[in-house]
Amino acid sequence: MPAEGPAEARPHSEHSASITLLGPQRQPRVDTVLESLGLHGARAAVINAGWREREPEDELLVELAGGNVVNLRLWHRMQEVWEADPEFAAADQQRRMLLEEMQDLYVVALDHVVDALRTMRDRVPRSKQIQQIALGDAERIMQEIDERHLRRVNEIHADFWSRWPPHERRPVQLLRQLIRRDLADTEVVLIPGGHVGVLVGALHLFNIAPQLRVPIVAWGAGAMALTDRVVLFHDRAAHGPSVSELFSQGLGLVRGTVALPAARERLALGNPVRMGVLARRLAPARCLLLDDKVRVDILPGADLPDDAPVLGEDGSLTTMGAVR
Amino acid sequence: MSISLPSQPVRGVHPGKLAINRFREQDHLDEAAVDAFLHERQVPIVEGPRCTFLYRGEADEVHLLHRIVNQPQRVPLRRIEGTRLWYVTIELPYGSRVEYQLELRRGDHTVQGNDPLNPQVAHSPVGSSSVCQAYGYETPEWTQVDPDARPGELLDLTLHSKALRRETHNRLYLPARFRTSSTYPLLIVHDGDDYLNYSAMKTVLDNLIHNLDMAETIVVFSNPGDRMREYPNYAPHARHLVAELVPHLEENYPVLRRPEGRALMGASFGAVASMSTAYRNPAMFGSLLLQSGSFVFTDIGDDHGGGPAFDPVVKFMNRYRAKPRKVADRLFVSCGVYEPLIVPNRSMVPVWESTGSTVRYVEARDGHSWENWRDRLRDGLSWIYPGPQKFVYE
Repeated sequence: MPAEGPAEARPHSEHSASITLLGPQRQPRVDTVLESLGLHGARAAVINAGWREREPEDELLVELAGGNVVNLRLWHRMQEVWEADPEFAAADQQRRMLLEEMQDLYVVALDHVVDALRTMRDRVPRSKQIQQIALGDAERIMQEIDERHLRRVNEIHADFWSRWPPHERRPVQLLRQLIRRDLADTEVVLIPGGHVGVLVGALHLFNIAPQLRVPIVAWGAGAMALTDRVVLFHDRAAHGPSVSELFSQGLGLVRGTVALPAARERLALGNPVRMGVLARRLAPARCLLLDDKVRVDILPGADLPDDAPVLGEDGSLTTMGAVR
Repeated sequence: MSISLPSQPVRGVHPGKLAINRFREQDHLDEAAVDAFLHERQVPIVEGPRCTFLYRGEADEVHLLHRIVNQPQRVPLRRIEGTRLWYVTIELPYGSRVEYQLELRRGDHTVQGNDPLNPQVAHSPVGSSSVCQAYGYETPEWTQVDPDARPGELLDLTLHSKALRRETHNRLYLPARFRTSSTYPLLIVHDGDDYLNYSAMKTVLDNLIHNLDMAETIVVFSNPGDRMREYPNYAPHARHLVAELVPHLEENYPVLRRPEGRALMGASFGAVASMSTAYRNPAMFGSLLLQSGSFVFTDIGDDHGGGPAFDPVVKFMNRYRAKPRKVADRLFVSCGVYEPLIVPNRSMVPVWESTGSTVRYVEARDGHSWENWRDRLRDGLSWIYPGPQKFVYE
């Protein structure tokens, strides 16, 4: 049941247990984190669908969790669905084609607004005040494009689910039962990084969110998938900085928060102008910076903690406590 | 849209007296002093933007030969008295990479060859040249074999062409983890074997795909028969690609059957072949990757100065410029600022943009060379077929 009241007044967590979001785990700390939660060695479910065909290569994760682990194998189970139900698979492919096209055109529009912002900012103004008003207008246009895009993405998903109700597809039904059984006795869920599109798609297909009632530890794409809006970003892409783009709705267990994993590596954090645009564009949501060694514990029904690193609306690096 | 050249950092420029000048000021100069001077020294000597080229040996004259446009391309070296050491210092801006040779005259006899003091050599179908890697230039790491990158597979693909009336010899690159159940974008590369041999393109593909910079792609490295006939706007060549090669690939491999999943690529005349094929087949190819295209044109008259080989190119380009139309949605265009083709390439960018194409234009302080084209591959390939990097968060 969604909480009452204006969106920005609602707590960040919609989950009935704790959620721990971590920075990248190249030097894994999952074992210490689980120990601190009193969950090391507890029955754990792993959702690493974002690893795609490498999903079974979970040995290290199993070891870090203490060995008592069930891998929900969502990626492989998703492939089983597509193989067993070609009609459903074709409809899904059509949906993805539409979404890709929409995403491409949305980015074209955003690129033009980014160009406009740059041109307006670089111009020597006769009136600073007028310049600021024009910049603000352009940022609002960006927000509008974002909102419309996400609305249309949601419409495409809603249309797909209504025309192809997954619970009516036999392979999905069977696999959902198996997953429910796998999840029944788990005490913690681990969701690592990987391909965020694939991960979110698998989580939605098997309707995982309502079944998650235990503490969750997530990082990378896993952290993004728990939020209500997934934003793609890469300021250091091989072909140059690309504009950040709204991609889809996540599970919505962490609200009013945009998770930005490996922010130092992927974002031009030293460019407050660029970061400020990003923070204001996504406001009132908070841009949560999930870098190495970062750990953010969100208690059930609570807000992001005071020490959570976030982007200020002026593009500075700050904490939740400072901006609250 | 264009991208500017790398700018020289304010710090790090060599401030002091050049090594060669310090050497010349020594009290006693002989061959032993030259030995000491050259010991463990990399040649050419790069000191900030100033590069000193050396030759050691008997000669009546020594010249440095390079092809930097708008610069004297035959630069004399001076002999240092009392020694057999010759030198000249020229300025090369930050990030430059210049191919060169030395010309020696002994009496009536003149020879030209690579710099014996410089182990850096670049190869091409027409031979090799010495390379001066100036201040700020670094060979990109993604051009070197990465043992962690799972290699793709390279297969021979021979196809009879009715259009060209010959056997065509291609190599087919299938990315690592290739699956017939997936679908892949298609890239057709002109002068394919040259890209493989001189631009390390297989290594580059393996690395870019491994690093998620580029989408998993099926790449056809095609090769010309009579290149000077087939590449400058030749209808049978375009017909071969569109009516023979692409249908063959679509029938036998899981390639995307949409324009945005098809791209053509080439350098020099190969870029002309790419553009003219796309021009003859509108809406067939979504992207073009054009490197140092030989897009020579004239604004008035027919005197283009490129010789007869360029006649069909100029005819095509002049016709195109008179009535431009979209050849592809996205064009990646690169050119070296040291090659004469920089002017036509720069001139074509607004023309392509005027047709509604999105153009990404990149310049480099380099020449008309396979290593220049190699070094721009990441920019181009990651732009025409971006990898899933923006979706992957570890």
